[in-house]
Amino acid sequence: MDSFLRVEHLKKYFKSHGGILHAVDDVSFSIEEGKTIGVVGESGCGKSTLGRVMIHLLDSTDGKIIYKGEDVTKPDRKRLSELRSEMQMIFQDPYSSLNPKYTVFQALEEPLLIQQNLKVREREEKVYEIMEMVGLAERLVNTFPHELDGGRRQRIGIGRALSINPRFIVCDEPVSALDVSIQAQILNLLQEIQEKMNLTYMFITHDLAVVKYISDKILVMYLGQVVEFADSEELFANPLNPYTKALLSAVPVPDIEQRKERVILKGEVTSPIDPKPGCRFASRCAYATEACFSQTPELREVSEGHWVRCVNV
Amino acid sequence: MSAENKEVILSVENLSVEYSSKDIGTAKAVNGMSFSIKKGTTLGLVGETGAGKTTTAYSIMGIVPKPQGKVVSGKIEFEGRDLRKLPERELRKIRGSKISMIFQDPMTALNPIDTVGRQIEEVLKLHDNLSHEEAIRKAGELLEMVGIPSERYNEYPHQFSGGMKQRVVIAIALACQPEFLIADEPTTALDVTIQSQILSMINELKQTLGTSMLLITHDLGVVAEMCDEVCVVYAGQIVERGNFRHIYKNMAHPYTIGLFNSLPDLRNSSQKLQPIPGMMPDPTDLPKGCKFQPRCQYCTEKCRQEEPKLLELEDGHFVRCFCPQKR
Repeated sequence: MDSFLRVEHLKKYFKSHGGILHAVDDVSFSIEEGKTIGVVGESGCGKSTLGRVMIHLLDSTDGKIIYKGEDVTKPDRKRLSELRSEMQMIFQDPYSSLNPKYTVFQALEEPLLIQQNLKVREREEKVYEIMEMVGLAERLVNTFPHELDGGRRQRIGIGRALSINPRFIVCDEPVSALDVSIQAQILNLLQEIQEKMNLTYMFITHDLAVVKYISDKILVMYLGQVVEFADSEELFANPLNPYTKALLSAVPVPDIEQRKERVILKGEVTSPIDPKPGCRFASRCAYATEACFSQTPELREVSEGHWVRCVNV
Repeated sequence: MSAENKEVILSVENLSVEYSSKDIGTAKAVNGMSFSIKKGTTLGLVGETGAGKTTTAYSIMGIVPKPQGKVVSGKIEFEGRDLRKLPERELRKIRGSKISMIFQDPMTALNPIDTVGRQIEEVLKLHDNLSHEEAIRKAGELLEMVGIPSERYNEYPHQFSGGMKQRVVIAIALACQPEFLIADEPTTALDVTIQSQILSMINELKQTLGTSMLLITHDLGVVAEMCDEVCVVYAGQIVERGNFRHIYKNMAHPYTIGLFNSLPDLRNSSQKLQPIPGMMPDPTDLPKGCKFQPRCQYCTEKCRQEEPKLLELEDGHFVRCFCPQKR
């Protein structure tokens, strides 16, 4: 059976002053229905661009997106409009992604107006139904975003994405702007909704504890490329790429028993503009050999379902 | 850690700060905060947005925004002198040379139209009375110390990445070898691998210079990494205080326990998160009794009526709660 959503050699390049910026460079993976794929990486590694290309907010430069067996890389206008209702996005910053002049009601009604042909009464019912689902009290229906706290605003963002019965949602750092106690509320809400509606998530974050908590599979990105792809448990138990190892070891853990060995990386991420051949992580890698600078490593399957891009694994 | 015998470098007693405006009324940001920091140690101030952490730091530095902000009461004693009673001229001499601060957001803490080198020079000239040449030489050394090649002396902040800018901010804070450093979420704006670089650098510098530190953060992982003692702050009050190792094992306040239960665990992901219900109280309208009472599952009638005091539960472990729990 074909997977729910499959991406093959997806590329997104931007023209910039200095040359061609390789934001997403040859990314391939697949997601099963009802599961969550986590995408981790540091600022500028292309994870948000990947999410945007997946739901056609940006056009891809090259490669294929296959959705339920159908090639949807370059849909026509009519198909695109249909896809938009099936593929939705939850944005990072609920402070800037909501229209400040819309009340909660208007914000939640807007997607229904565009996507569904409902009567006024039906729309109203639907809005209240969504509010209940995302845990917004009915009395807030006429409040504006500035009157609400971050957690509630993010609930509106989630409600907007859910209102038109999507199948696939890209969550772009949905909890990064929130405090931990609120973060946990939103993570639990996202999981409940997923179970109820059998949704598929692509969960983009830089927070490794969060990604481990919510994902079935994890994609680790570095400078536009996938450096490791595996089941969540497997990746944390047995990270193989040196970058993944460094990333995992860098997370401060609130635990006094577990003093772990730190891999402290030298330097910073190099430029994604016209990258040189060879491994993109080589200049910061403690295990780099000459081969790493000359040949470009391929993403290969080292054990079942565990993909790594590194010459030395 | 043999922190017990060391002398206290900074003590804050019963600090209260309010912000008032016509529209919102009076917001009680800090309500009777007391803590002290021993020489050479690091105290962590942990809590969520709006808990009053940054306001506490601003009060110590004497930079609470005026006129809306006002330190209502309290004593801030640094090396035996009450900072609140010092005239502004004296305070300026201490600020930057003896006490300095690393700000949260390196993107806004630096002057965008001055080179990074000159921004470090400025502090040196002001406090250490160095000549122009000496200041330039010293500023170059400071850049190298935080891991930036001194060739980049004449570059502007926009030419630096986030991590590099934060290094510059740290270099400025450390320029006069302060005895006391306040770090307000020093790594929150940075990626994890850069965060671990910066944290280990701060730790090294702290050791070589013997600096004491107040670290403000919302990240319990960072606290575990950096702090000897910790204060958990909620609605402008300390709800739990003590040695971090001890608190980690014996946390007793329902809010502290709630914070730890809200965190996804890197080692064990099958456990479902237990968020704290509700949200932070409005500082203009704080609840009666215990401030955490509306969100607390162990709340009793007493908690609704009376405000608990910060009491010593065990040696050096303070808790503000009528019914302390076990995790």
